[in-house]
Amino acid sequence: MSAARSAVKSQERSRTLLQDGVRHLLRDRLTVAALIILMIATFVCVFGPPVVENVLKIDETRTNASQRFFPPGTEGHLLGTDHLGRDQLIRLMYGGRVSLAIAYSASVMIVLIGIVLGLASGYYGKRVDDVITWAVNTLNSIPPLFILLIVAAIWQPRAETLILILALTGWTGTTRLVRAEVLSLKERDYVLAARALGATDLQLLIAHILPNLLSIVIVTGSIIAGNLILIESGLSFLGVGVQPPVPSWGNMLTDSRTYFATGVHLVVWPGLLIMVTVMCFYLVGDGLRDALDPHRVRLGTGRSKG
Amino acid sequence: MGQYLLRRGLQGIPTFFGVTVISFLLMIFAPGDPIALITFAPNRDPEAAEIMRRELGLDQPPLTQYIYWLLGNDWTQIDVDGDGEGDTFGERRGLLRGDLGDSIRQRAPVLDLIIERIPATLLLTFTALVLGYSLGIALGVIAAVYHKTWLDQLVRIISVIGNAVPAFWLGLLMIIVFSVTLDWLPMSGMRDIASRSDVFDPLETARHMVMPVFVLSLGTIAFVSRFTRTELLEVLSQDYIRTAHAKGLTKRVVWIRHATRNALLPVATFLGPGLGTLLSGAVIVEQVFTWPGMGRLVVTAVLNRDYPVVMGSVVIASAMFILGVLLSDILYALLDPRIRLE
Repeated sequence: MSAARSAVKSQERSRTLLQDGVRHLLRDRLTVAALIILMIATFVCVFGPPVVENVLKIDETRTNASQRFFPPGTEGHLLGTDHLGRDQLIRLMYGGRVSLAIAYSASVMIVLIGIVLGLASGYYGKRVDDVITWAVNTLNSIPPLFILLIVAAIWQPRAETLILILALTGWTGTTRLVRAEVLSLKERDYVLAARALGATDLQLLIAHILPNLLSIVIVTGSIIAGNLILIESGLSFLGVGVQPPVPSWGNMLTDSRTYFATGVHLVVWPGLLIMVTVMCFYLVGDGLRDALDPHRVRLGTGRSKG
Repeated sequence: MGQYLLRRGLQGIPTFFGVTVISFLLMIFAPGDPIALITFAPNRDPEAAEIMRRELGLDQPPLTQYIYWLLGNDWTQIDVDGDGEGDTFGERRGLLRGDLGDSIRQRAPVLDLIIERIPATLLLTFTALVLGYSLGIALGVIAAVYHKTWLDQLVRIISVIGNAVPAFWLGLLMIIVFSVTLDWLPMSGMRDIASRSDVFDPLETARHMVMPVFVLSLGTIAFVSRFTRTELLEVLSQDYIRTAHAKGLTKRVVWIRHATRNALLPVATFLGPGLGTLLSGAVIVEQVFTWPGMGRLVVTAVLNRDYPVVMGSVVIASAMFILGVLLSDILYALLDPRIRLE
C-alpha cells in the first residue's frame, strides 16, 4: 500500500491524530519498553500480593525477631527480610500499591484541577484570570517542599489524605500550561468560526478547545506521576509521608537507612524501584509528547510556544 | 528599562502578600493549642494561661491576629487582665518591620535563628546552582553538537536518571561508598568534628560540600542539559545560522557567537525558578548530610510544632525565592533587548 493511499485512508476516519500517535508510539522502542515496565509493575503490585502470600505462605505484617536481616535468596524469602523479620518481597509489592496509587490518583486529580482552572482562567479572562493567576503565582513562590512538609506534619495524613494534599498543592504547573494553551487556542480561526455559527461557551470549551488540550495534559500527567513518587519518598524520608506500618517505597527506604550496614538489600531495592518507575513515567511522558504532537513532522523539537 | 523593573518589582507585592496569608492560615488551622505548647500544662493555672493568651493576642479574631503578626501590636493597647480595657502597649513590631516573633522552643527571636542558618543554605544552593548550570549547559551543548550520536543518547540517559533518582537515596549510597567504605569524604556537617578552631577554613568546608552539592545539583544538571539541547537544536534550524555558515564563518564562530548565545537566553530565565527547586531540595539534602542550614531548621521546627519558626521560615524562603525570580527576570531583560522594549 502506498504512503499516499494510507494518508487518504487515515483522513477518512475521525480520530486520525490518535491512530497516528499510536502508530508513532509503537515505533519508539524506549517508550514502549517504559510503558510495558510500568504496566507490569502496576499489575504485579495490584494482583501479586495474594499470590505470593499463598504460594510462599507469608504474612505481610508478621514480624519475626529470629528472622531479621535475611539476605535475598533465603528459603521462603526471595528478597530477604527487613529489620523486623518481615518479608521484603511482599512489602515491596504492598509498598508499590501505595506509591503507585498515590502517583496515579494524585496526578489524575492534578490534571483535572489544572484543566478546569486553566480553562476558566484562559477562556474567561478578566477577574477570573486575575484571581487564578494570583493563586498560581503565590503557591508557586513558596518552595514546594516547604508547604507539603508543613501540611503533612501538622495533619499527619493517611495515604488517602496525602493524595488529596498532593493534588491540592500541585496543580499550579498544569493550570499555567493549560491557560497558556487556551489563550492561543481561543483565537484560532476555527474557534471564531464556531462562535460565529452560534456555539455557546460550553460547546466551544468542550467540543473545540478541550480536545486540543488533551495531548499536552496527558504528557504532563505522566511526568507529574513520576514526580509524585519522588515527592512521597522525600516526605517519608522527612518522617511525614505515609506512616508505618503501612509500607510505601518511600518509607521502606527511609526505614532501611538505619540498617544499611546489616542489610544493604534493604537500601537497594526500594530505591531502585522508585528510580526505575519514575524513569519510566518520564520516558512515557517524553515519548507521548513526540507521538501526540501533530507538528512533529515538520520539526523535531515540536510545538509552537505561547 | 526602569519602567520594566518597576512594573516587575511591583508584581512581587501581591505574591508576597499571598504567601503571608497562606502561611498564617496554615497555622490558624493547625490543631493544638499554642499555650499548651509553651507551658506544657495550661490546666494547672487557667488564670495565668488566660493572661498569657491575651498577652500573645491569641484571644483576638484571626484577622486581628494576622494584622498583629504582619504589622505588630505596639501601636495598640492590650487588655492583659481581661477587664475590657487596654493595659499596656504590645511589644511586637510585626513581620513587615522585621519582627517574626519568638521561637516557642528556643526562646529566641525567629529572625535571628533564620539569619544564623541562611549563609549555610545559600552556600549550598548557590554552589549547586553554579555547578548545575555550568555542567548542564556543557552537557546540553555536547548533546546538540553530537546530535543523534551515542553522546546525545548518553546525555539523555544521564538527564533521565538525574531526574529520577531520589536525592536522599543517592546521598545514602554516596555516604556508604565514599565515607563509610572508602573514607574519602566526611559524611556530615560543615566542619570537621575534631576541629576546634573558630576560623572558617574554606578547604575543610569544601570537602564537606562535595557530596551535598553533587546530590543537590543533579536535578538542575538534568533539567538544564535537556533544555539547552532543545533550545540549541531549535536555534540551529534558523535562517540566520544558515546565513552565517553561508557567508563563510568558521563552524566555531557560528556555534559560539550565533548559536549558543541565543540558545542560552531562555535557559537563563530558569535561574530564578531553579532556585525554588534547589531550596526545596536543600531541605532533604541538609537532612541527609546534617548540613546546618534553613532546611534543617524548618524540619526540626515542624516536627516540634514550633509554629513561629515555621511561619517565619516559609515567609523568608519565599521572599528569597521571589527575589531570585525577580533577579533572573532582570538578568533576562538585560540580556535580551526584546523583553525590555516591549
